[in-house]
Amino acid sequence: MTIGSRPAPFGRRAATVTARETYGAYVVLRCHDPGGPQPRAGQFYMLAAAERWGGGEAERPFLPRAFSVLRALERDLHFLLEDVGPGTSRLTELAPGEDLLLVGPLGNGFTGPREGRTPLLVGGGVGVAPLAIWQDQLGRAARALLGFRDRVHADGAALLHDPTIATDDGSVGYHGLVTDLLGEELDVRADQIEVYACGPPAMLEAVRAMCAERAVPGQLALESGMACGFGACFGCVVPTVHGYIRLCLEGPVLDAQVLPTAAIVGAGH
Amino acid sequence: MSVEFCGLELAHPIINASGTFDAIAARRAFGDQLIERFPFAAFVSKTVTLEPRQGNPPPRLWEVAGGLINSIGLPNKGLAGYLEQDLPELACLGVPLIVNVMGFSRAEVAHLVRAVSEREEVSALELNVSCPNVETGLMMGADPGEIAALLHRVRPLTDKPLIVKLTPSATDVPAVALAAFRAGADAVSLINTVRGMALDPRTGEPWLGGTTGGVSGPAIRPIALAQVHAVAEAVPIPIVAMGGVQRGRDAHDLMRAGASLVAVGTESFRDPAAGLRIAAQLADLTSTVRP
Ligand SMILES: Cc1cc2nc3c(=O)[nH]c(=O)nc-3n(C[C@H](O)[C@H](O)[C@H](O)COP(=O)(O)OP(=O)(O)OC[C@H]3O[C@@H](n4cnc5c(N)ncnc54)[C@H](O)[C@@H]3O)c2cc1C
Ligand SMILES: Cc1cc2nc3c(=O)[nH]c(=O)nc-3n(C[C@H](O)[C@H](O)[C@H](O)COP(=O)(O)O)c2cc1C
Ligand code: FES
Repeated sequence: MTIGSRPAPFGRRAATVTARETYGAYVVLRCHDPGGPQPRAGQFYMLAAAERWGGGEAERPFLPRAFSVLRALERDLHFLLEDVGPGTSRLTELAPGEDLLLVGPLGNGFTGPREGRTPLLVGGGVGVAPLAIWQDQLGRAARALLGFRDRVHADGAALLHDPTIATDDGSVGYHGLVTDLLGEELDVRADQIEVYACGPPAMLEAVRAMCAERAVPGQLALESGMACGFGACFGCVVPTVHGYIRLCLEGPVLDAQVLPTAAIVGAGH
Repeated sequence: MSVEFCGLELAHPIINASGTFDAIAARRAFGDQLIERFPFAAFVSKTVTLEPRQGNPPPRLWEVAGGLINSIGLPNKGLAGYLEQDLPELACLGVPLIVNVMGFSRAEVAHLVRAVSEREEVSALELNVSCPNVETGLMMGADPGEIAALLHRVRPLTDKPLIVKLTPSATDVPAVALAAFRAGADAVSLINTVRGMALDPRTGEPWLGGTTGGVSGPAIRPIALAQVHAVAEAVPIPIVAMGGVQRGRDAHDLMRAGASLVAVGTESFRDPAAGLRIAAQLADLTSTVRP
């Protein structure tokens, strides 16, 4: 259990969608969760739509899906979704007034930077979600480097304060990878930074390797396929230097040093 | 609606299916409410083997229509780790403990049964026989002769109830159940997962790290019902039925087909408190007055 946060209420509960906003290629869903505790940055919830999920005509979705909390304000939870399959497709079509079923907050979040280091947030695509709530908590001075595929995806950058943006096609900001920007930062002040990263497996692996090379501490929010989110199925394991660990229980935020690789098979798209 | 099962007094007929609920992990996630509202009338451990196992390489999960294919590969701390670390913690749950064990030879199963049944925290044992006997090359649970030989070896080692968890891939499941009964099993449980496979749509290669896996969830519910029905006709001992139970009605169906207890597996992934809901729905459906 994470220190300083109450455990998740036992069982699945309904939460009513209060708003649905579009940020280019992404959808932000807000829902009202009066019964739940305040989540920590980096924690996640298992979500399902109350209707048309695991029954009827559609073959899938059947299991709930994991989503990082994007923001938690006044008993409202915000989630950032990208439609990549049947679960996210169903969730992104929910309208205010419809119900979600959720379990959470689950897992371990980010912890503050080590003595003498300032945080640097590095996000890719929908992976910016846990960095937004983390920046809320660290304060606006916490710098963020965000990478996106193109202009429609880069609209997601509006969820953080004053980020530096990179796009694969150069349509917004720096033309290239967000890890190029990270490399420039590390060249100048590797001894003063703690990296917080979330994004696709290839990006996280590049971040992990750069941190390892320059002895920079890093906390990576990973993804893996999850069925339950609370340690019941043993399906979400990722390899670490200590063997397989259940990401939903020991993560999703892991110290970069425990990972031989952050390119998790079966995660991402 | 308390029930008697092999001499154990249970608060209701709903328990968990082995390997689908880790009470220690769930307590980390949900705190003491888990204990206050424990969803099962007895707690069944994940399969314990003699040696520690890492389990299969990921990916381990694939979602299918109304279910899931898993290739978890029975990761566990091994007998010594389980007895030292987990059992004392599980004893605090306040419900009877059923320990599920699996060995790769009769001698290994015998060792497990002896060591587990010595512990007073343990109320009953479940034998997972969905694995090959390395001595004969036959799946222990697939053949009546194999299961009889196994039980002749291990039955004398414990006075505690022995439940044999049948494998649905046996050619004649009722015949295996009958052999288990005749060789002294106190109860049988079924069904375990049904072998299945998925290909990575991008590469055409097997998706699961273990190549194939076991299908669970509502997709296998009709298979479970048919096998429970057939086994109930074949043996007079109690049956623990499982396979795709999502609602009280599903549990009620399995009991009508002959089950004494019903285990909930995959549905707990969708709702950690599913056991409580299903027990309440079942109580509403049965004429028995609630306590
Ligand atoms: C801790 C955590 C936090 C997350 N946070 C977010 C977030 O904030 N926002 C967000 O948008 N996403 C997030 N995700 C990812 C999201 O949970 C997954 O992408 C989810 O699988 C999407 O479900 P889907 O049905 O839309 O897509 P899926 O169909 O599940 O497809 C997604 C990927 O899963 C695999 N896949 C495809 N078919 C299957 C199948 N039948 N069975 C199993 N796997 C399959 C493939 O790799 C595919 O690319 C998070 C994941 C984790 C673990
Ligand atoms: C992820 C997962 C892990 C399982 N692990 C075990 C196990 O360790 N031992 C065992 O005897 N059965 C195991 N099973 C099988 C279940 O106990 C049960 O027989 C099966 O899943 C059917 O029930 P369900 O459809 O309600 O899930 C597992 C099933 C799943 C889905
Ligand atoms: S998602 Fe089930 S154990 Fe982690």
